[in-house]
Amino acid sequence: MSIIINNVSKQFGDFTALKDINLEVPDGKLVALLGPSGSGKSTLLRAIAGLEEPDQGQIIINGQDATHVDIRKRNIGFVFQHYALFKHLTIRQNIAFGLEIRKHPPAKTKERVEELLSLIQLEGLGNRYPSQLSGGQRQRVALARALAVQPQVLLLDEPFGALDAKVRKELRAWLRKLHDEVHLTSVFVTHDQEEAMEVADEIVVMSNGKIEQVGTAEEIYEHPASPFVMGFIGEVNVLPRNASLFNYHAFEPHSSNNGHQEPVFVRPHDFELLTEADDASVAGTIKRVIHLGSEIQVEVLLMDNTAVLAYLNREQGQQLNPKAGKKVFIKPRVAKVFAGASSAASTHFIYGTGI
Amino acid sequence: MTTNLPFSSPSKQLNRFSFWQSISIPWVVTIIYLLLILVLPIAALLVKSASLGLEGFWQIATTPIAISTYNVTFITALAAGLVNGVMGTLVAWVLVRCQFPGKKIVDAMVDLPFALPTSVAGLVLATLYSQTGWVGRFFAPFGIQIAFSRLGVFVAMVFISLPFIVRTLQPVLQELEEEAEEAAWSLGATEFQTFWRVIFPPLIPPILTGIALGFSRAVGEYGSVVLIASNIPFKDLIAPVLVFERLEQYDYPAATVIGAVLLSVSLILLLIINLLQQWGRRYAND
Repeated sequence: MSIIINNVSKQFGDFTALKDINLEVPDGKLVALLGPSGSGKSTLLRAIAGLEEPDQGQIIINGQDATHVDIRKRNIGFVFQHYALFKHLTIRQNIAFGLEIRKHPPAKTKERVEELLSLIQLEGLGNRYPSQLSGGQRQRVALARALAVQPQVLLLDEPFGALDAKVRKELRAWLRKLHDEVHLTSVFVTHDQEEAMEVADEIVVMSNGKIEQVGTAEEIYEHPASPFVMGFIGEVNVLPRNASLFNYHAFEPHSSNNGHQEPVFVRPHDFELLTEADDASVAGTIKRVIHLGSEIQVEVLLMDNTAVLAYLNREQGQQLNPKAGKKVFIKPRVAKVFAGASSAASTHFIYGTGI
Repeated sequence: MTTNLPFSSPSKQLNRFSFWQSISIPWVVTIIYLLLILVLPIAALLVKSASLGLEGFWQIATTPIAISTYNVTFITALAAGLVNGVMGTLVAWVLVRCQFPGKKIVDAMVDLPFALPTSVAGLVLATLYSQTGWVGRFFAPFGIQIAFSRLGVFVAMVFISLPFIVRTLQPVLQELEEEAEEAAWSLGATEFQTFWRVIFPPLIPPILTGIALGFSRAVGEYGSVVLIASNIPFKDLIAPVLVFERLEQYDYPAATVIGAVLLSVSLILLLIINLLQQWGRRYAND
């Protein structure tokens, strides 16, 4: 039940939603489409569902070309951000909807509905109306309704987007557990990197209608393929190559011919802060300290007026005892340069000056 | 009519306890205003007709001519309400779902029957639908007479009751979630199944409410009907016109009694409308 997407493009008027997308979702995997709004992730999901028809390219579901197959015949389950439950039907009737459309025998339908009600842990609430349930409960009903017809693939469009933080976390864990039990090929859209990293087997990072990188959470975090991915997944300092900070730093890969224009990316926790100078560190002054319990965020202003953000863990924090105005010495442990990246690409990122 | 929300009973108790606290200046003003504007005229009508005694009331209320006017009024109004129930729903649907040039103008025009003096409406309709009128002439060769017949009464009632159903339905249609339709498709429902099983059921209460509103408006219509009908008893004479004729003949008791009958039916109808609205809200967001 894999999904293969070949060269799919989609245009809405002047806006290019998808540019030549190629992607394979392996059988039984849970894949996240991650990106900011307008990145094309929802359009891609809706194209897989059959709610949007691509202008170009091919969508193959389970070995069969589904590009022009009507959504009704694709046998997909779709879960919407705002649940899209049928308000005039009870929870039981909602879950049974797809089965009734498919003319399942009533006895079997009833059995399946009860089975799903217990799967989503709402056994006692089958006769309620959707408006009488909480957001998290409603989304579970929407999931049960989609699963009832035993779809080939499950597609979820920002499924936790409308829920409050606590419920979102619970439902995320629950969805992951459910997927481990059911092993249904699933694709879900999110703009929340933490959500993608927690739930998905594989993450597809998208921006401006293109796929930036595909990989596991670890791969994407440790080996980002582009400045965009590095900035979108986790926080990062974007610094000029000629900053004094990098005087002693050997870059890998070595920059291309005109290399000195390319900005340098350093994760906030990839800085080392010292109380005494060593041969690779530069001096700076602490401007601000934010205690976040397990983590301490320190803003340091270097001698050449470059401001950097560094994160310390508790232990490091206790050693250094950072205070505003205190003089420290700082050096990057890991710094990344993307060949060909312009400083314009870095406008998105959270931190950095002097570019 | 109670909703099946589990928390409805405690809130009712709360209401009872807080009754004396609820007496405030806005409350008092509201009650006095309603007494003067609504209750007093109704009470006067009922008191006046009650003075005839039950037997006298019944006698006047059930004269053959009165019965025939009830028939014409209520049956024609019901027919107009039902026709608009279908056509008004369609109009509302097109106004919400379709994009076309001049849509704003069409949308504004729907309210015309609200604003137009009913005498003007009657005059225009009578002219259009007469034997030689723009529309009436196409029916005349088939022996169908529209103006100055019961059909004319029907046309006038359709005209004045249309906006009620359109305006009742429009906001409901606007609030329909497109995603619910997409969800139905993803579950395999055809366009037809999606319409009948997903879109239509939530529309039933507002459609019924619209029909009832349009119907009660048509029952109360006087100005346009008196002009388009020939007002001949047992043919196309409606009850409100009969009331006026009785008044002209200084037959006040008859006018009062027929008025009281119309009033009672209207009250019952409005009660039903209220109940329908409550029923329609049974699964709505709280």
